[in-house]
Amino acid sequence: MEVMNQGGFESGFFTSKLDKMIGWVRKYSLFQYPFVTACCGMEYMAVASAHYDLDRFGAALPRFSPRQADVLLVVGTINQKIAPVLVNVYEQMTAPKWVVAFGVCTCTGGFYDDYATVRGIDHILPVDVYIPGCPPRPETVLNGLMMLQEKIQNSKQEI
Amino acid sequence: MSDSTEVTKDMAEAQVQTPDPISKRMFLNVGPSHPAMHGVIQILVELDGEWIRKADIEIGYLHRAFEKHCESGTYTQCFPYTDRLNYVSPLINNFGFAAAVEKLMGLEVPERCNYIRVIMSEISRITDHLTCIGASAMELGAMSVFLYMMKAREYLYELVENVTGARLTISYGRIGGVKGDLPDEFEGQCRNALRKTREVLAEVDALLTKNRIFYDRMKGTGIMSKEDAISFGITGPFLRSTGVSYDVRKASPYFVYDRMNFEVPVGEVGDNMDRYLVRMEEMEQSIRIVEQALDTIPKGPTNVDPEGKVIPPDIMADLGKFGKTAGLLKNEVLIEPTLAGTQQKYHQLIRADSKQAWLPPKEKVYGSIEALMNHFKIVMMGHGIRPPKGEVYFCVEGGNGELGFYIVSDGSDRPWRVRCNAPCFRPMAALAGLLEGSQMADIIPTFGSVNMIAGELDR
Amino acid sequence: MAEQQLSKTLERIKGQFSDQIVDLHTSLGMDTVIVPKTIIFELVRFLRDDPDLKFNLLSDLTAVDYFKRNPRFEVVYHFYSLERNTRVRIKVPVAEPNPEVESITPLYKIANWLERECYDMVGIRFANHPDLRRILLYPEFKGHPLHKDYPVTRRQPLVGPQDSMA
Repeated sequence: MEVMNQGGFESGFFTSKLDKMIGWVRKYSLFQYPFVTACCGMEYMAVASAHYDLDRFGAALPRFSPRQADVLLVVGTINQKIAPVLVNVYEQMTAPKWVVAFGVCTCTGGFYDDYATVRGIDHILPVDVYIPGCPPRPETVLNGLMMLQEKIQNSKQEI
Repeated sequence: MSDSTEVTKDMAEAQVQTPDPISKRMFLNVGPSHPAMHGVIQILVELDGEWIRKADIEIGYLHRAFEKHCESGTYTQCFPYTDRLNYVSPLINNFGFAAAVEKLMGLEVPERCNYIRVIMSEISRITDHLTCIGASAMELGAMSVFLYMMKAREYLYELVENVTGARLTISYGRIGGVKGDLPDEFEGQCRNALRKTREVLAEVDALLTKNRIFYDRMKGTGIMSKEDAISFGITGPFLRSTGVSYDVRKASPYFVYDRMNFEVPVGEVGDNMDRYLVRMEEMEQSIRIVEQALDTIPKGPTNVDPEGKVIPPDIMADLGKFGKTAGLLKNEVLIEPTLAGTQQKYHQLIRADSKQAWLPPKEKVYGSIEALMNHFKIVMMGHGIRPPKGEVYFCVEGGNGELGFYIVSDGSDRPWRVRCNAPCFRPMAALAGLLEGSQMADIIPTFGSVNMIAGELDR
Repeated sequence: MAEQQLSKTLERIKGQFSDQIVDLHTSLGMDTVIVPKTIIFELVRFLRDDPDLKFNLLSDLTAVDYFKRNPRFEVVYHFYSLERNTRVRIKVPVAEPNPEVESITPLYKIANWLERECYDMVGIRFANHPDLRRILLYPEFKGHPLHKDYPVTRRQPLVGPQDSMA
């Protein structure tokens, strides 16, 4: 815990409690931008639906404008043609923003080792959570989402 | 090899070259990442108010080199790539590819296997249409319909998972058969799932078909004439909605479709409403086919009483190595759960009777040297499935139309060329013409009714 | 070699273009005709318009790279007749430097996109095509991926690390 001397406040008690509260608020209201390209999109639809409900995590509403979204869910294979578009969308998002690599094609490229695919989006974007699987089972996605929530809760929040 | 790209008609460039500050035309870019959750496509439109004057479609955002990958692996290694072509109906793609290679090799598949293929293909077709209608309804504002369709799809995914082991990318087909037989409780589970699917379809029909808003948005939009559809080579529900009754399952029956009693729904006008109705009716017909197939499928394995006990595979292999083979093959081997459905008793029901293509059952592999050598010859690189030199074109009825595979073989264990003829490529080529002259808001229902699956379009 | 009974389709095509055809046979139930590229446009128009043939659906248009053979490429057309429920395959061998074939876009509208894809993947140019540019790959891409000598892992990234390990 860092010690911050801010105009009379001692230790980091106030700022760390504030961080935790803001983290709690942010993790339970995630607006996702589902950048859906391929087969993983079907599992994304399954996760968002009634059976494996994403709404109970507060992450139900997709926002199709980068300005309004917090989490960029990159779902499905990213190839060289769409990579500039993905980077464009990421750069348009406002802070705080997180990136989730959904599916093994976005983590490491999967079995598409060819002239057209990007071998993992971490070559072009900073990634927070990797969810492997081809496609990942909905339970895996929910696990990944909970890991993201833990990360948001425990990180230093910039207001 | 030098490549000169001639971009003769790029609308965005045209705008730059002739900037006209008082022009009423606006260039708008819809996509590639956009709320219509069908996949990545870019539609460039030139708008005059709300009316679209010109449209251009840009594809290729999910090009994953399917054809190149098939050339670098063996025939069996192509199956995972075919799963991801039309990823909402992966079983149809698997079986289409398997049937094409079987035609090239001249293999006859057992009857029960053909029934299994028909049942699983029709279940895939239902999931394809459920996803298409669910997603297009959601884009038009009917959120509940999407959730109901996904609920029905979950029932079917559970069924597929019980049979193949995976929900979506299943790799269930093999050259010469399928990977494993149906589990014992399949019939009861299947009938139950189909009954629940019928209930969902009835609910959705009540919500959408006579709904004023849905009707106004879908009726009279995206009209395609019969002649245009044929000139674009369109097949599947899109062609059937214009009035042409062409279905590969009726025209050139494959597997056991000639024994099934089903109808092919045909539309009249060729607008979005017709396509929606054709797909809804096709789902009902698919359920009929599955029920008929379950009634008439040849019986499963006869209950063979093993004389010996059930023994683990390593012990069986050791006994074989030390020459204690007397009566060894009469034992049943304790098989790993992921290999369930491939045991000796199922074997002749689900695989073609050909040493060149099938893996012998595990009991024989662990207990006899001939089967072990056969297994080695099929699996090792350089050996394996080697169709004779030649070429074949085989098509099946995919969710969107005629899915054709053109395979050129040079006699080795790797294909020389695999070409997949994607059914949704054609309506996408026609989409630019369909959109011109309509309004901006008509893009959503028209594009939704094309059911573009990017995996198939871009391969 | 025994004289094979030709199918009706092949008889009709042979009757019209007898001296210009390279080969005709039926393999695995599919009638196949191999023709030089000079007569392809006329042949396709004949297939579409002749009242006995009526091949009104262009099922597929693709090309194959037979690497060590001369002529190196072969453009393959598959046609289907809705009324007669028959198929035919036309193959056109195309030689290596500047492979070029006449476009059939005026006859079938779908040939526009199919020929663009053929050009993109295999590098066959189509004469008189209204808009021949890449369709599945991006304009900055150099080379044609389905050539046998194009390595499957050679990447040409637009963004990100520019080496081939990307």
